[in-house]
Amino acid sequence: MARYVGARVAQAVPVLFLVTVLVFSIIHLTPGDPAYVLLGPNAMPDQVRALRAELGLDRPLPVQYAVWLGHVVRGDLGRSYLNGFPVIGLIDRAWPVTLSLTIGALLVALGLAFPLSLLAVRFRRTWVDHATVTFVSVAYATPTFWIGILLIFALSLRLRWFPPSGYVPLVQNPAQGLRLLVMPSIALGCGVGAVLTRFLRATILETLAQEYVRTARAKGVAEPAVLYRHAARNALIPVVTVLGLQFGTFMGGAVLTEAIFGLPGVGRLLWNSVLARDYAVVQAMVLATTVAFVLINIATDLCYGLLDPRIRYG
Amino acid sequence: MVSSTPASATGSPARAGLRGSLVLRIWRRPRGAIGLVLTGVLVVSVLCAPALAPHGPLVLAKDAILVPPSGTFPFGTDELGRDILSRVLYGGRISLFVAFVSVLLAAVTGVVIGLTGGYFGRWWDAVVMRLMDTVLAFPAIILAMGVVSLLGPSSTNAMIAVAIVSIPVFARLTRSGVLAEREREYVEAAHAIGASDLHTIFREILPNTLTPVMVQVSISMGYAVLLEAGLSFLGLGTQPPQPSWGAMLFQASSYLNQAPWYGFFPGLLLTALVLGLNLLSEALQEVLSRTV
Repeated sequence: MARYVGARVAQAVPVLFLVTVLVFSIIHLTPGDPAYVLLGPNAMPDQVRALRAELGLDRPLPVQYAVWLGHVVRGDLGRSYLNGFPVIGLIDRAWPVTLSLTIGALLVALGLAFPLSLLAVRFRRTWVDHATVTFVSVAYATPTFWIGILLIFALSLRLRWFPPSGYVPLVQNPAQGLRLLVMPSIALGCGVGAVLTRFLRATILETLAQEYVRTARAKGVAEPAVLYRHAARNALIPVVTVLGLQFGTFMGGAVLTEAIFGLPGVGRLLWNSVLARDYAVVQAMVLATTVAFVLINIATDLCYGLLDPRIRYG
Repeated sequence: MVSSTPASATGSPARAGLRGSLVLRIWRRPRGAIGLVLTGVLVVSVLCAPALAPHGPLVLAKDAILVPPSGTFPFGTDELGRDILSRVLYGGRISLFVAFVSVLLAAVTGVVIGLTGGYFGRWWDAVVMRLMDTVLAFPAIILAMGVVSLLGPSSTNAMIAVAIVSIPVFARLTRSGVLAEREREYVEAAHAIGASDLHTIFREILPNTLTPVMVQVSISMGYAVLLEAGLSFLGLGTQPPQPSWGAMLFQASSYLNQAPWYGFFPGLLLTALVLGLNLLSEALQEVLSRTV
């Protein structure tokens, strides 16, 4: 197992290195000198020169990269061009929002996928199965932001069940916080739920064709028990992988979901920084989300190796 | 591209006839038929936007602001009194164009990277494939947002961003195809008769690795349409006053109370197009996996 972990982590090192190089280049590929961007169009030449020296922009690029990486590793992601706040502080405030949204969306996705896929398999080739497959195709094709708009219109403006947008920290007011998270979680969870339903349905059908299922049937095990105890359980392992792979979808979807529902999360922070051309924050946010994505992918592979010994020894 | 397959070492004379029946065989599957109808109707209607649109996409009607659907304005009007039907039709052209060009760009770039990486191997392969891994390491829309923040928001830059995000999958697909084909006898034969690397790569190997690429193009199209809409929704793609489905949906979200139809139609068409493209690509995959 240790060798497997070591190999998987070693694989990620060159990728992470290249990610940092690419992200570092963001600031240096931007049109115009960051010092000009910071000081505005009316800056004096010596002001610019002083700021360039202060930011280290007058040093050779490899040196700048090394210095920057040194800061990043120590958790210093730089300061916002706009308001001078340390980026790490901005992320610190934003990530709990995105995390609660992601957990909500995950629950929605699992809550959709398990019952739907089991129903589809149980009533294979009936209208229930066809309806599930149709629903999955439509849900997968529907953009997050349109689901969001439809939800706000139906559940908030017409039925008045939920407030249309906003955010309250769960620790501050759990009831209101949860109410505000329901619609965003549905909007973000639908697409992943669709992917998961399709995947689970196919995997369960596949396991149903296995020898051990035939043995169970031959022993006289009732059909529902065959389905739940024998087939569905073995289909669970790959779910981990699918969910891990969908993390990127969640991150991207979070940007759009947070934009519609006014959630002050990581996605919205990135969006606002891109619109405001606050490159320091954009750079830090792209780096942070990508590193998180790479780490989640490693964790997914490791989980998979842990759950299925065939992978580790393969 | 497929039709130019030379009858050289690859020799599959039935190719032309097979391609004619491909559409027919897609049509015979339920998803294929729905996909063809949805995509066909939408593509034809947005391409014929100038003929079909009752008004210009930028024409303002000062006395008709946020008017509900009616005979004059079948899909209603927006906050500036512009006809939503016309804007949806013209916006669809931009969406389709951006998606199509970006997928084409990504496919060509990815295929060239995959072909050369797989064929030449060694350091070149290592460098380009690590680069592809790196691009894949970014969550797609985050990378696209990063690219647009560098280049500035516009539909051209959104196109570049969508293309960059879509390259790695083509590179990987092609490379794995090349690795399998490289060992085949016809490649050896080409070498033996003194064919250049360039000839071997593009005339011999390429045609034999194109099938999965074709399928991937169809998969990537739906994805590209969604990504472009997402970028435009965030104000990072097509810029106003040019119409785009994503930007219209963003505008509409401020008028949900007064004008629910505003956000309904662009979203419906967007979903229908993506659904159509996805069904089409699924049917294509089914059909091709039976053939090969």
